[in-house]
Amino acid sequence: MLTPEIGLIFWTTIAFGVLFFVLSKYAWKPILKSVNDRESSIKDALDQAEKARLEMENLQADNERILKEARAEREAMLKEARELKAKMIADAKDEAQTQASKMIEQAQTAIEGEKKAAMAELKSHVAGLAVDIAEKVVRDELSNKDKQIQLVESMLGDAALN
Amino acid sequence: MQINTFKTLLLSLFLSVSFLGFSQDKIENEIEEELDITEMILHHVSDSHNFHILDWNGHPVSVPLPIILWTNEGLVTFMSSEFHHDEEGKVIVEKKGQKLVNYHGKIYYANDTANADGAYVTLDDEEHPVNERMLDFSITKNVFTLFLSMIVLMLLFIGSARAYRKSENNVPTGIAKFTEPLILFVKNDIAIPNIGEKKHKRFLPFLLTIFFFIWLNNIFGLIPFFPFSANLSGNIAFTFALATITFLITNLNGNKDYWKHIFWMPGVPVPMKIFLAPIELIGVFTKPISLFIRLFANITAGHIVILALISLIFFFKNMYGDVAGYVVAPVSVAFVVFISLIEILVVAIQAYIFTILSALYIGMATAEHDDH
Repeated sequence: MLTPEIGLIFWTTIAFGVLFFVLSKYAWKPILKSVNDRESSIKDALDQAEKARLEMENLQADNERILKEARAEREAMLKEARELKAKMIADAKDEAQTQASKMIEQAQTAIEGEKKAAMAELKSHVAGLAVDIAEKVVRDELSNKDKQIQLVESMLGDAALN
Repeated sequence: MQINTFKTLLLSLFLSVSFLGFSQDKIENEIEEELDITEMILHHVSDSHNFHILDWNGHPVSVPLPIILWTNEGLVTFMSSEFHHDEEGKVIVEKKGQKLVNYHGKIYYANDTANADGAYVTLDDEEHPVNERMLDFSITKNVFTLFLSMIVLMLLFIGSARAYRKSENNVPTGIAKFTEPLILFVKNDIAIPNIGEKKHKRFLPFLLTIFFFIWLNNIFGLIPFFPFSANLSGNIAFTFALATITFLITNLNGNKDYWKHIFWMPGVPVPMKIFLAPIELIGVFTKPISLFIRLFANITAGHIVILALISLIFFFKNMYGDVAGYVVAPVSVAFVVFISLIEILVVAIQAYIFTILSALYIGMATAEHDDH
C-alpha cells in the first residue's frame, strides 16, 4: 500500500498532463477570459459612474459658486446704495448746516450794524435832547436869584464832599 | 512496516473488545475473523486489476480491465478476466511463454510449483511475494477511475466554457453558474493571495486543474458503487505523481532569490549560512513529500474508518450471533453516515489544502524580495 506503483504514477502523470492542456486551452482560458472581461467591464462601468458623479459634483459646486457670487454681488450693490444714500444725506445736512450758519452770521452782522446805527442815532438824539433840556432848565433856574444861589451852594456842597 | 503497525493497531483494537470475558478458543476464532477484516479493508483501499461490482449468488460480478505489461519478452496485453477473479496466485496465465499470476492485485512471474495454499508464489515472513515483477502499465481500477474523472472534468468545464459563449455580457449560464464560484474561489482565495496579482495568471490553470482533479477523485472515492468507489486519491502513487508535478513547477520557476534563500541565506552570519543550506535543501524535498503523504493518509484513513465501521456489523455477528449483528448494524450505519458527512467536508478541505500549499510553494519560489 505504501509503495507507489510505477503504472499508476505513469498514468496519473499522463492523465494530469492531458487534462491540464485540454482544460487550459478549452476551459480555463475562455472561462477566465469571460470572467476577466466581465470584471473589467464592471470596473469600467463603475469608473464611468464615478466620473459622472464627480462631474455632477463639479457642476453642483459651480452652481453653488455662481449663486454665492451673485448673492455677494447683490449684497455689495445694496451696501453701496446704502452708503451712497447715507453719504448724500450727510452731504445735504452739511450743506444745509453751512448755509444756515452763513445766513445766521450775515443776519447777525446786519443786526449788529443796525444796532450800532440805531445806537449812534439814539446817542445823538439823546445828546440833543439833553442839551435842550439843559438849556431849558438852566434858563428856568437862572431867572430866579434865590434858585441860582441855592444851586451854586449845592454844587459847592458836592464839590466840598469830593 | 507501516502496514504491520496498522495491523497490530487494528488487532489490538478488536482484541481489547473481545477480551471482555470470553474464553480462549473464542479469541482464537476472532483473530482468524479479524485478520480477514484487515485483509478485506486493505483489499478495498488498494488497487485492483478488475472492477468488482458485487457478489451474485456467491459469484463475484466484476468488470474486466485490460492488463498491459512490459515483461522480459516485451509487451503483453490481455483482459483481467483471464485470471477468473483469482487474486490468490492460483490461476496461471501464460503469455509469450511466461507464466503470470495475480497475487493481491499485483502481477508476478509464477513459480513452477504451487505452495501449500495452492499459490504459485513464494512468500517471505511478512507474507509478501518475493517473485520477480514486470513493469505494470495496466488499466487498473484506479486508472479506470482516473480516466473517468478526466472525462467528467472535461465535460464539466468545457461545457462551462461553452455556457459563457451562449450568454451575452459574459454572464454565466447553465452549468457555469455552478462552476464559476468555484473557479473564482481558486482564483481569488488561493492563487492571488499566495502568488500575487501579477504572477498568478501563469499558474492559475495548473491550480484550477489540480484542485478539481483531486476534489473530484476524492468525491468519487466516497461514492460506494460502480463506476466510482476506487480509492484513487488515497493511493500513494497518485498523490506522489501530483506532488512531483508541484515540485517540478515550483523549482523550475524558482527565481534567483529563491535559490539564494536556500543555499546562501541573506541576512545571517556566514557559519549560519553554511548551517542553514542543508536544512533548506531538505525543505525543498519535504514540502512535496508532506503534500503527497497528507493527501494519501487523509483519504485512505477516511476509507479505512468507514470500512472498519461497516466491518463491525459482521464482526459482532460472527462473534456473538445474528442478534448482535442486527443490534450493531443501525449504530454502525449511523456512524458511517456521520463519518461520511465529515468525509464530504474532508475531501473538499484536502483538495483545498493541496492546492493552497502548491500555490504557497509556487508563491515562495517566485516572490520578489524587495525588503532585502
